[in-house]
Amino acid sequence: MSAVEVAGVSKVFNLGTTDQVDALVDIDLTVERGEFVSLIGPSGCGKSTLLRLIADLIEPTSGAVLMNAKPAHQARLDQDYGMAFQQSGLFEWRNVQKNIELPLELKGWDKAKRRARSLEMLELVKLGQFAKHMPWQLSGGMQQRVAIARSLAANPPLLLMDEPFGALDEMTREHMQTELLRIRQETGTTIIFVTHSIPEAVYLSDRVVVMSPRPGRITAVVEVVLGSDRTEDTREDEKFYDRITEVREALRGAEMGSAALGIEDR
Amino acid sequence: MSVSRRRVGSGTRSGDDGVVAKALPPVIVGALFFGGWEAFVDWQQVREFILPKPSEIWKQLFDNFGLVRSASVVTGTNALVGLILGTILGALLAATANRYRAFGELLNPLTITIAAIPAVVIVSVLNNMYSVTTQTGRRVMVTLAVFFIVFVQVARGLRQNHPTQLELMRSYAASPREILRKVRIPNAVGYLFTGIRTAAPIAVIIALVSEYFGGTQDGLGQRIASNFSLSKTAFAFAYVVGGSIVGLLFFAGSNLLEFVAVPWRRRRYSR
Repeated sequence: MSAVEVAGVSKVFNLGTTDQVDALVDIDLTVERGEFVSLIGPSGCGKSTLLRLIADLIEPTSGAVLMNAKPAHQARLDQDYGMAFQQSGLFEWRNVQKNIELPLELKGWDKAKRRARSLEMLELVKLGQFAKHMPWQLSGGMQQRVAIARSLAANPPLLLMDEPFGALDEMTREHMQTELLRIRQETGTTIIFVTHSIPEAVYLSDRVVVMSPRPGRITAVVEVVLGSDRTEDTREDEKFYDRITEVREALRGAEMGSAALGIEDR
Repeated sequence: MSVSRRRVGSGTRSGDDGVVAKALPPVIVGALFFGGWEAFVDWQQVREFILPKPSEIWKQLFDNFGLVRSASVVTGTNALVGLILGTILGALLAATANRYRAFGELLNPLTITIAAIPAVVIVSVLNNMYSVTTQTGRRVMVTLAVFFIVFVQVARGLRQNHPTQLELMRSYAASPREILRKVRIPNAVGYLFTGIRTAAPIAVIIALVSEYFGGTQDGLGQRIASNFSLSKTAFAFAYVVGGSIVGLLFFAGSNLLEFVAVPWRRRRYSR
C-alpha cells in the first residue's frame, strides 16, 4: 500500500469558458511510505495544483487520489497529512505554542496532551525557549520552523510542503533543509515537497519529479540515490552535481522551445 | 521576504535615554513654533482679534479654566457616548451582515449612503427631531460617523483572512463554525480595535462641529463659534486648546486600548 497514489488525474480551471486552463493533464504518481519526493518545474507547471489535489484542498476534474488506499477527501477529514506553505500562515493572535496546538484542538485532544505534544514539537524544531513568543517576534526562518512543527504536531504519516523555504534567504534556507532531513530521519514521515530550486530538490529528495507547463504534466522522474545520511558535505559531492545536471537537463528537455522560466539555478 | 528581520532579543534598546532622545525633537519643534508665532505677532503688530499671541491664549485659558473644562467635558462626553454606541452598533451589524447574507446586501448600500450624506444636513434634521435642549442629536451624529468606520473594519476583518490560514483550516477539516471561532472572529477583533482607533479622533471632530448647527450653548464648538463672532479671539483659542486636549486624550486612549486589547498588533510599536 502506497502512501500516495495519484491515478489519471487531470485538472481544468474555468472549464468551458474562454479562459479555460489545462492545469494538469493525466498525472500518474505513486509515492511510497517514508519516501521524500520533490515536484519541480517552472511557474505554471501545476506543481502546487498537484499538491493541493493530493491534499484535497481542490478537487480533480477527472482521476483519483488515494492516500493509504483511502480517498483523498476522507484522508483530509481524518487529518492524515500535515501541510506547510511558503507563507508560514501562523495565527498572529496565538503564541507559538498555541499555534502548534491548533490542529490538536481541532482533533479534540485534551489540554494536557496538547501541551506536552506542542512542547515536544518545539524541541524537535529547536525552538524550546520560544513557546510563549508571539509570531511577530520571530524571524522568518523561525516562523517557518514553527509552521513545520505545527504540521507535524498531530503526527501525520504524510507531510505536504509547498515551497516552504521559498521566502527565506539562502543561508537560512540551506540550514532549514538540513533540519528538515533530520526531522524526517527522526519521525519517518513521508514528504512531498514542491520547489523551483534544483539543488534544493536534489539535496532533499529520493526522487525528483520534473514537470512542464501548458498543459501541466510529468516529463521525467530522476532517482537521486545519494543515500540517507546527507550532510552539508553532500552539497560538495560529485554525485550531487551529477544529479543536479540530470534534473537540469530533464527540465530543459521538458522546456524545448520555451525557456525554463522561473527555475532557480542555484 | 516580508518578515525576516530578527526581532528576538532586540527589545531592550528603549531605555530612559531613548525616551529623552525621542521626546526632544517634537519639544524643539513645538518651542520654535510657538516662539515664532509670538515673535511674528509682536513684530507685525497683528491686532489681537485677528491673531492673538500664544501667551495671551495661555492667559485666557488660565483665567477661564473652569469654563473651558466644563465645555470640554460636554463635548468630550458627546464624543465618548457616540464612540461607544457607534462601536457597538457597527460591530453587531457587521457580525449580523456576515452571518445573514441577504441582510448584509441590504445594509451595505445603506451604510454607504449614510456615509455620503454631509454631516451638516443630518445634524440639522436630528436637531429638529430631538429637542434642541438635549445633546441627543449630536450624539446620534457621532454614533453614525463611528458606526460607519467600525462597520467597514469589522466586516473586513470577518471576511479578509490570510489565504494560507484558510487553506490550513481546510486541511484540518475544520467546520465553518470552527473557522469562524478560531480564525474569523480573532481576526475581526484586531480590525475592530483599528476601527476604534481610527474613529476616536473623528468622534471628537464630529461632536465639535455638530455644535455649529444649533442646540444648547454649553459645548466647545458653540463657545468657539460665539467667541470668534464677538471678536474675543484669544478666548475662542482657549476653547480650541480645550478641543485639542480632548482630541489628544481620545487619540491616546484608543491607541492604549488597542495596545492592551490586541497585543498581537503591537508590531507597529516595536520600533
